[in-house]
Amino acid sequence: MNAPEATGRFEADEVDAWFGTKQVLRKVNLLIPERRITAVIGPSGCGKSTFIRCLNRMHELVPGARITGRIRLDGENIYAPEVDPVLLRRRVGMVFQKPNPFPTMSIRDNVLSGLRLTGALDRSRAEAIAEQALRGAALWDEVKDRLGEPGIGLSGGQQQRLCIARTLAVSPEVVLMDEPCSALDPIATARIEDLLSELKARYTIVIVTHNMQQAARVSDRTAFFLTGELIEVAETDTLFTSPTDRRTEDYITGKFG
Amino acid sequence: MSETTLSPAAVAEPAAGAAGTGRKPAPRRAVRATPLGERFVAAFLFACGALSIFTTLGILGVLGYETAAFFSEVSIVDFLGDTEWTPLFAEKRFGIWALVSGTVLTSLIAMAVALPFGLLSAVYLSELAPSRARRILKPLMELLAGVPTIVYGFFALTVVTPLLQAVIPDLAGFNALGAGIVMGVMIIPMIASLSEDAIHAVPRALREAAWGLGASSLSTIFGVVLPAARSGIAAATTLAISRAIGETMIVAIAAGQQPRFTFDPRVPVETMTAYIVQISMGDVPTGTLEFRTIFAVGAALFLLTFVMNVFAQRLARKYRRLG
Ligand SMILES: Nc1ncnc2c1ncn2[C@@H]1O[C@H](COP(=O)(O)OP(=O)(O)OP(=O)(O)O)[C@@H](O)[C@H]1O
Ligand SMILES: [Mg+2]
Repeated sequence: MNAPEATGRFEADEVDAWFGTKQVLRKVNLLIPERRITAVIGPSGCGKSTFIRCLNRMHELVPGARITGRIRLDGENIYAPEVDPVLLRRRVGMVFQKPNPFPTMSIRDNVLSGLRLTGALDRSRAEAIAEQALRGAALWDEVKDRLGEPGIGLSGGQQQRLCIARTLAVSPEVVLMDEPCSALDPIATARIEDLLSELKARYTIVIVTHNMQQAARVSDRTAFFLTGELIEVAETDTLFTSPTDRRTEDYITGKFG
Repeated sequence: MSETTLSPAAVAEPAAGAAGTGRKPAPRRAVRATPLGERFVAAFLFACGALSIFTTLGILGVLGYETAAFFSEVSIVDFLGDTEWTPLFAEKRFGIWALVSGTVLTSLIAMAVALPFGLLSAVYLSELAPSRARRILKPLMELLAGVPTIVYGFFALTVVTPLLQAVIPDLAGFNALGAGIVMGVMIIPMIASLSEDAIHAVPRALREAAWGLGASSLSTIFGVVLPAARSGIAAATTLAISRAIGETMIVAIAAGQQPRFTFDPRVPVETMTAYIVQISMGDVPTGTLEFRTIFAVGAALFLLTFVMNVFAQRLARKYRRLG
């Protein structure tokens, strides 16, 4: 590894991605700085999900899906042949659009599931790890008295925070979030947005969102995608107040999308 | 109100809307009226359904009547308290456990074979097999399910038992082990096919959640996918056990016809089904006590599978409630 310290800094370099013969990402060059929140915005189908799924090598799990180019995490090419994608995914966690807690597991077991599934759970520390992850996801106070109950018994917003806690429990460097609030009501959304600003002290966060206000509220940097291309990336304030590309301006002012 | 808007008034008063615009109300009328032909079809379908219900009721009636007749001569205490079954001997004993143990033993052996192999085949087919292998293997397995059980029976008697005897020298010619193993093989496709459906129905989102946490594909399968499919797998297992308990030909041919209360898989036993075959094919005159034993055994068999199914349904419901 080139970097002296693992911090979770991504550099995408000439990334192309396909589903079968259909190209959905074109020559994407993007730097994602460590310990900040980067928002990915753009109209539906522009490749936002595909892009962040390239960052934890989830894209290649879809039959027929392919990617070329280089993506470096802390200076190391994650597509190098010697990199094990399974190990990479322990460093780069992912939260999905729809909350997807494991239905057969209790709240506690959901939080610990990543460590269990990877055989990395230190039993004597299980309770402490679960508490820490649930506190990190701002869920502890709501569930501390019912850790043994099924995770799917929680409300949608709580389930999503449970999924965040599950991701935090494996101590990743990066957390990828694909529209984490799109299935939630405004109050649950606000809780998760508050949570994000706490999390960025320790994690690099990449969040896909359809909600421009959300991107403006929570992110430090924003990247705008359009039909598979990265059109513009800048500090969030800059991008929303003085975009340099006409298409960015049209999109953020609601002329299309 | 525009003509295309579906307002509550338009729903409540279709005739007014239709009259107002001059459209024909024909489609609505077709829904409401029941022409004679349709009523006839409905009656016919009801009769078809009723036929199977009446047949079942008839079977239950005969079973109940004959069983009651049996127990007017034999004490239920002897039936449930004895472990010898010798209704055709001079000294008659009616201990059902001698037959139950044969059924349970062969079924246990069958499940010990069918469950792991069936589940692993399902996992392989749904999660690991390349689509080409899957396209060839699945029909092949279903073909296996179509082999007549009498063929399996002779296979157990003439191939599997001699092979086993090479390893286990004191294995009898008729035994529970060979019959049970072959019965298990017969059941594999059933468990595999039903479990594969259950595994297939597990949403991709759960797999992705596990992969996203850094789980390998194997730990995803065993730690997430199989647990999520457990109610379907439990249902498959139940059906398989019922199948094993009710299976007749294989055990009648290969397990022997010696009722005995034992859990030794090497010796000849007799299952409840095999006993019923033996009596109904033999020369025991109908109407005698000896003949009535088969109804008592049938009732016991019925109860056994019934209790099993209720138990399994509870299990499945509990799992479903958890997800
Ligand atoms: N599994 C798939 N197979 C084939 N094409 C796909 C698949 N998933 C996505 N695509 C296509 O790839 C393109 C990019 O999809 P992607 O999901 O990355 O878009 P997105 O920006 O996340 O959209 P949305 O905002 O609707 O989530 C779209 O044109 C989509 O139709
Ligand atoms: Mg998307």
